[in-house]
Amino acid sequence: MFDYQFFIEVLVGGLLSGVMYSLVAIGFVLIYKTSGVLNFAQGAMILFAALTFVSLLERGVPFPLALLATLAVMVVLGIAVERFVLRPLVNQPPITLFMATLGLSYVIEGAAQLLWGAQVHGLDLGISDTPFDVAGVLISQFDLFAAAVAGALVALFALFFRYTRTGLAFRAVADDQFAALAVGLRLPRVWAAVWTAAGIVAVVAGLLWGARLGVQFSLSLIVLKALPVLVLGGFDSIAGAIVGGLLIGAIEKLAEVYVGPFFGGGIEAWAAYVVALGFLLVRPSGLFGQKLVERV
Amino acid sequence: MSAVATANAKTLPLTGEGVEEARVVPAVAGWRPASAALRAAVPVLALEDISVSFGGVVALRDVDLRVAEGEIRAVIGPNGAGKSSLLNVVSGLYRPDRGRVQLGDRHFSHVPTSRLAGFGVARTFQNLALFKGLSVLDNVMMGLVHRRRAGFLQQIAGTPWARREEAANRAAAEEIVGFLHLTEASERIAGTLPYGLQKRVELARALVARPKLLLLDEPLAGMTLTEKQELSRHIRNARDSYGTTIVLIEHDIGVVMDLSDSITVLDHGCKIADGTPDQVRANQAVIDAYLGVAHGDETELAS
Amino acid sequence: MPAPSIRASRLTSNHIGIALLLGVAYGIVPFTGSEYLLDAILTPFLALALAAVGLNVLTGYAGQVSLGSAAFLAVGAYAAYNFNLRIPELPFLVSLLLAGLVAALVGLVFGLPSLRLRGFYLAVSTLAAQFFVQWALTKFGWFSNDNPSGVIDAPTLNIAGIPVSGAERRYVFSLTIVLIATFLTVRLLASQSGRNFIAVRDHEIAAKVIGVPLLRTKLLAFGISSFLIGIAGVLWAFAYLRTVEPAGFNLDRSFQILFIIIIGGLASIRGSFLGAAFIVVFPLLLSRVGAALLGNVFDSGVLEMSQRIVIGGLIIGLLIAEPRGLIALLDRFSIRVFRKPRHANQQPN
Repeated sequence: MFDYQFFIEVLVGGLLSGVMYSLVAIGFVLIYKTSGVLNFAQGAMILFAALTFVSLLERGVPFPLALLATLAVMVVLGIAVERFVLRPLVNQPPITLFMATLGLSYVIEGAAQLLWGAQVHGLDLGISDTPFDVAGVLISQFDLFAAAVAGALVALFALFFRYTRTGLAFRAVADDQFAALAVGLRLPRVWAAVWTAAGIVAVVAGLLWGARLGVQFSLSLIVLKALPVLVLGGFDSIAGAIVGGLLIGAIEKLAEVYVGPFFGGGIEAWAAYVVALGFLLVRPSGLFGQKLVERV
Repeated sequence: MSAVATANAKTLPLTGEGVEEARVVPAVAGWRPASAALRAAVPVLALEDISVSFGGVVALRDVDLRVAEGEIRAVIGPNGAGKSSLLNVVSGLYRPDRGRVQLGDRHFSHVPTSRLAGFGVARTFQNLALFKGLSVLDNVMMGLVHRRRAGFLQQIAGTPWARREEAANRAAAEEIVGFLHLTEASERIAGTLPYGLQKRVELARALVARPKLLLLDEPLAGMTLTEKQELSRHIRNARDSYGTTIVLIEHDIGVVMDLSDSITVLDHGCKIADGTPDQVRANQAVIDAYLGVAHGDETELAS
Repeated sequence: MPAPSIRASRLTSNHIGIALLLGVAYGIVPFTGSEYLLDAILTPFLALALAAVGLNVLTGYAGQVSLGSAAFLAVGAYAAYNFNLRIPELPFLVSLLLAGLVAALVGLVFGLPSLRLRGFYLAVSTLAAQFFVQWALTKFGWFSNDNPSGVIDAPTLNIAGIPVSGAERRYVFSLTIVLIATFLTVRLLASQSGRNFIAVRDHEIAAKVIGVPLLRTKLLAFGISSFLIGIAGVLWAFAYLRTVEPAGFNLDRSFQILFIIIIGGLASIRGSFLGAAFIVVFPLLLSRVGAALLGNVFDSGVLEMSQRIVIGGLIIGLLIAEPRGLIALLDRFSIRVFRKPRHANQQPN
């Protein structure tokens, strides 16, 4: 007998963790759209943000102040990365930029742990994790909170990029870098804005994921969860990152529960990749990605 | 017939596939245009009613084109007229919405790009498309890759067959490198050469297989006048020495008028004229089309 | 990333250099090198260098980025272990070859997406290989002869009746295998297939128009690359560590091999060796220097972190200042010292 209630519980749990994948994926998309870089260091930035925040809390800094300080640190870090790593590499092939962010992730991970130590920290955001009951389906309160925060941040970015001058410039650059340059938009400013946004995403994702998993080195591996989301949704689509995140979250949990037992479990590590790749082979431009006509 | 035996010869079968393709291009030094009747019989290239569009934007509309053997045909037109699209349809990079492409006696609704070289068609690109990490000679040798038959194990082991193939290709490449006066640069890495030389290397790579049909996408763009004159001479030499039929896109009207036997004019994806340089020069539609854009783009008519 | 093309068998001064190196490697090192040097530095250096040569074929020459190299190391190691265990009559060299072929087959499967995917999409898809292989080796006991955590212990090897035991013999065995594999790879890269790799990397559309068989070329690159990395995995497991577990072939290992070729030099065989030497020797140097400067503060945790920072920083710095890697710096240096005008126009490989 198929247990629908359990199925829905798994599905909702998957969707909620999917929102948090979307959040990480959006950090990638923002940067990819404007500078064509797949920023592998996004995971390391999340680790850095979470470690900084926890360490400040543990040293007695009050919550709001620690949050502000972490935000400031991440914004500075983001801008520094843009200025000292990516700007000198402008006009290099995308794969070179990618490798540079791989190196960057090593630097940030090393620095984070050298500064704050490598031990595991607990992080309590004051949200209880007691599940509550909606029509017989148990839903984690923390997951709901995390999804709401992530959703709010995504909405904020949407508004920002819709209604501000920088947002307009962002969209112009994302559309056509050369045209944007030609009409006099200052690319470095847009890039700085985007890296700032990526820094903010890192803080929020770092706190949410850190509260769930504990603040430790493995936090930077979240980047590996976001990659299949990006493959599925397209590296350049914010809508794709959102829908892709939800899909991957749901598929991963459902696969682990319903398919995993046939393989002896533990398929979470690769199931998302196989799904994303299978999809790509059928539709190479992803969920929402544009099909580009190559000019030769 | 083995690829090895033919690589050095002046005349080449276009592919090794079968009897049908084993016709030999009458390409010898001192080539003369065939008689008009013979030319009309089987065009080297023909387009019938070709239409291409991208997301509603029409790039080509109902274009017809016939290019006879040994002809140098220029395709001109304002920016965005669909010139590059036309070459991309012929080389199979674009799939036309409608219409057919005829190459020799083969008809296609979508030309299979990977077999293009086997059909005896070579092309160059508007933006340089050299293999930047290879030497000039290696780039040119790449132009013969479609005739390679030795597998990678034979290449590693250096079997007599693989070595003969390599030597024959090298000799053919060295010959064309000499023909285009590139011998001095032949060991240099292509990506390190000046622009004009790179353009010439690309021409050499396209010519080395002695193609029946050669498509040149703005071969003279970005060159100085001297470089243009020099490369024009090379293009004409290629036709005269190898009998290659050439379709080229060019902006510089002056050069085009001197170089080509006939000219096709495109505007907004439609063919508006077709004929000898003199006929095209006198054509009212062409004058209108060019005057229409001449204010914005003086270079189009500058010659 | 423009890279030099290959001209095998031309530069005679290079030949003399290689002959000298070989003389030292075979004639002096095995007899004078300490067990520590042979076992902890040279043998892992050789295995990593071969893995780097393999990845360089795929990434440096054919332009297909792979983040899953460690998976193919693991496939090679576990395949050789199983051939050796289950068909004991098989001479070890045959097991070695078969292990390489199994790795090549797995590589072909994971290379199939390269026909439709490019750039990042392909790089991400190679991660699937990384995670899948590691998972399968842990999950299915058969691969490790039912060891609960997937650990395998390599038996002592026998080559033509001579046991390969002791640091010197393991080193000489590794050296020989690596040299043969590298020599054959250099021949391949200097042939038409090698030119095809570079053509696909530098301009895929032009390569297609010209008649390069894209499918065959990319799959060949994946196959050869995984074959070499698989062989390197056998050396890693049988000659170097002799006890390996799937966790040892994790993503960090894949990155390590990628870093070797970025640091040493993309599309350079000599660069692969230089990069591998750097990756092996550098942590040792760093720990000595760190301990001398900072004393007890410089514990293993600090060492690991500062290692990450320096390697990451070096990658960024090299990509900015010299994308062709340390080998390009070395060549420039040697030109200045030895004044070889021949190199002015021609970048040696």
